[in-house]
Amino acid sequence: MHFISPVLWQFLVNWLTHFALFPPEASEIAPYTDSLYFFLVLISLVGMTVVVLLVVLFSVMYRKERNPEPTQIEGSTLLEATWTIIPLALFMVTFVWGALLYFRIYNPPTNAMNIYIVGKQWMWKAEHPGGQHEINALHIPVNRAVQLTMISQDVFHSFSIPAFRVKREVIPGRYSTVWFKATQIGTYHLFCTQYCGTLHSQMIGQIVVMTPDDYEKWTNGSTSGASLAQNGERLFASLGCSSCHSGNADSHGPSLAQAYGGKVQLANGSFATVDDAFLRDSILNPTMHQIAGYSPIMPTYQGQVSEEGLIDLVEYIKNLNSNYRVQQTLTTSTVQSTTPAAPAAGQGMVKQ
Amino acid sequence: MSTATIVKLPPQETASLPKRSYLNSEYGLKSWLLTGDHKRIAILYLISITFFFFIGGAMAGLIRLELLTPQSDLMATDTYNKVFTMHGIIMVFLFLVPSVPATIGNFVIPIMVGAKDLAFPKVNLLSWYLYIVAGIFTISALVLGGVDTGWTFTTPLSTHYLNTHVITAGLGIFIAGFSSIFTGLNFIVTIHRMRAPGMTWFRLPLFCWSNYAASILMVLGTPVLAITLVLVILERAIGIGVFDPAKGGDPLLFQHLFWFYSHPAVYIMILPGMGVISEVISTFSRKRVFGYTAVAFSSVAIAVFGFFVWAHHMFIMGVSNYSALVFSLLTMLVAVPSAIKIFNWAATLYKGSITFETPMLYAFGFMGLFTIGGLTGVFLGSLGMDIHLTETYFIVAHFHFVMVGGMLMAFLSGIHFWWPKMTGRMYPEALSKLAALTTFIGFNLTFFPQFIVGYLGMPRRYAAYPPEFQVLNVLSTAGATVLGIGYLLPMLYLTWSLKYGKIAGSNPWQATGLEWQIQSPPLTENFIETPLVDHEAYDYEWLAHQTEHEVQTVG
Repeated sequence: MHFISPVLWQFLVNWLTHFALFPPEASEIAPYTDSLYFFLVLISLVGMTVVVLLVVLFSVMYRKERNPEPTQIEGSTLLEATWTIIPLALFMVTFVWGALLYFRIYNPPTNAMNIYIVGKQWMWKAEHPGGQHEINALHIPVNRAVQLTMISQDVFHSFSIPAFRVKREVIPGRYSTVWFKATQIGTYHLFCTQYCGTLHSQMIGQIVVMTPDDYEKWTNGSTSGASLAQNGERLFASLGCSSCHSGNADSHGPSLAQAYGGKVQLANGSFATVDDAFLRDSILNPTMHQIAGYSPIMPTYQGQVSEEGLIDLVEYIKNLNSNYRVQQTLTTSTVQSTTPAAPAAGQGMVKQ
Repeated sequence: MSTATIVKLPPQETASLPKRSYLNSEYGLKSWLLTGDHKRIAILYLISITFFFFIGGAMAGLIRLELLTPQSDLMATDTYNKVFTMHGIIMVFLFLVPSVPATIGNFVIPIMVGAKDLAFPKVNLLSWYLYIVAGIFTISALVLGGVDTGWTFTTPLSTHYLNTHVITAGLGIFIAGFSSIFTGLNFIVTIHRMRAPGMTWFRLPLFCWSNYAASILMVLGTPVLAITLVLVILERAIGIGVFDPAKGGDPLLFQHLFWFYSHPAVYIMILPGMGVISEVISTFSRKRVFGYTAVAFSSVAIAVFGFFVWAHHMFIMGVSNYSALVFSLLTMLVAVPSAIKIFNWAATLYKGSITFETPMLYAFGFMGLFTIGGLTGVFLGSLGMDIHLTETYFIVAHFHFVMVGGMLMAFLSGIHFWWPKMTGRMYPEALSKLAALTTFIGFNLTFFPQFIVGYLGMPRRYAAYPPEFQVLNVLSTAGATVLGIGYLLPMLYLTWSLKYGKIAGSNPWQATGLEWQIQSPPLTENFIETPLVDHEAYDYEWLAHQTEHEVQTVG
């Protein structure tokens, strides 16, 4: 063959060595998705076979040569009920099965480690809580639930890892989340699957699943020196947040210590849970969730903080257990207002 | 022909086309461009949608050529983005939506119900002119440098981040929308008010039912698309913040509004095609459609449910889990009427007297491909499955099975079926059978590999892709060339048949519809006297009785 057409030969070799019907099953959820897929392929095959068999059989049996005179039939309620109810029943099974899977994929376990993803034209930025930043790559440990909190700073993107069978739209101005637990060590494709402009097809990357030890090494080796929360702390001080949110009894803003995850009463009487989205909205659009007992005096920070900065702030507030740090920051920042060039936090930058 | 056939042509030595018909009642370009005759408008539409089909097809060819290799090497990624955008816009709004209703529907619906014309002939002509203006806008967007939003116009990409002719293309679609609203309105009024005496609702051919259902969708759904596009244009032109979150807008709102039209639009495209299949299967198996009422009402059911499933395009977009649940359930329900239709068509064959002329072959192709398209739709309607499949080539394959495998097969089936009525001449049977077969093989080779590459995870709208997907993409491109030949063939031999085809006579298929009881091509006024209908649709005994007792008059 390769004497006749080297191109065809190469093509054949390619076909035989690379042919696959399924991407690797590299996450806990993947076998579940695949079994639903098998079920659906199976009912499709059965459905297809029935239709093709009927058409072929009738075409042969009742072709004009064999059956010159047709017999007129009105219809049959019984038969029609049969082919209404059987597909309906199968579709209902599919619906329930699919719904269970959907809830499983989109409801993260409580102990998942959190990584932030910021999408932009045309790259993926990953921000680990420890301060590791990556572009178009994501390093994660095997056998550990990982939750991604994602946002886009421009247009719609979509974060897709076929080997994990997960995908979620990354939306401008709104956090979305997805979680997975990788089960196979290896490197997998990361795709942006929502069309996002010129280099949409190059908004791709790698998901690197590592053993816990390797992951540990990677984490230590790639730190930028300051965790997201530490970056958030600096931002908190430099934006002047601490002047109102100091936690003192007479401060203008509500205390943020241990606020995350709790419920607050809003000015309109309703209650809201303080989560990532709540904090982000409150920074950019403070009147959106006006907290009961405080006057709406906070200015908007729209356009002043990048999405990464917002993530740092959220991460800082999330980890704020007491107001001691805030007040400390407050003192430091007042002291430092005279010497703005000095770094806010004392420690030096440790580069790998 | 050696095999059994139902074709009954007048003796060709003596046969001639009727002296007077809608084609020769008046001459000159003006008589066509200012016509009020639904048949002439149908021909105008046929020519224009064919033109746009081949432009859209050329774009598809470019896409497949680019995807032959993993690298983006044939054209710049921006060009590729423009090409697939134009392919989508032209095929959806300028070909699929008007295809069956505006050509075949326009031609046969008034005759099927026994009327002289549609209810509003001038509105009918206006809708063709709007279509042409829409086409001019779209082509200018293409010529001026293109548009790269994707046919879905996703905000805020379309309103803020792109520097192409979004407004021109948007206006084109806006205008095309009004063209289809007018067509839908005309059909609804005609079917309600202009049925001949004795033509009750349940004596209507099923083609009328399915076009009626599609018309309701056109009239109620299209205005939503229109206002959405206006908002996109306003946001882009003067910066009002409706969809762009940076301006205080909500990008998900656009998705809701867009799919509120664009999902029903899928049924606007497919329902008229289903109507064609009902007519063809009945005619070539000489039998009343099995369960006429079920088939008629399933069209209406599809139209009604079709309005309540739009958010299944947004399962991964962060809609609430519970609303996703509701929309998934409704999606499963809308699949049922389609299943009913498929089984009813299959049962129509039972104890029929079946022949296999070209329209029937295309109809069989439709049944097979639409079944696959429909079933893979269930994959995508199932919440957890959708997460992995959406936005990949799986969904591309799915809607091409429905739209191209289903709708285009139905369109070609209908064109061959009514060609003798429209032109008075037959198409060449052997060649057209070859075309039907070529289309079927080419189609499967093109789109079946895309299911696999989609499950492997290849995203849609990628100009470059990982090399391990190449084999399947090469298959797909190879299939596309076969498919292209399959589409070129009818274009050539149908044109040839205008002059050299055999004279068809009034009822070559021995079909029962009113349109087959008048001369081909019909008179401008369709009927010399208003027909009285005293029989059900697809009453072949009545037809046999008629032919026995009546001398057919040709000319």
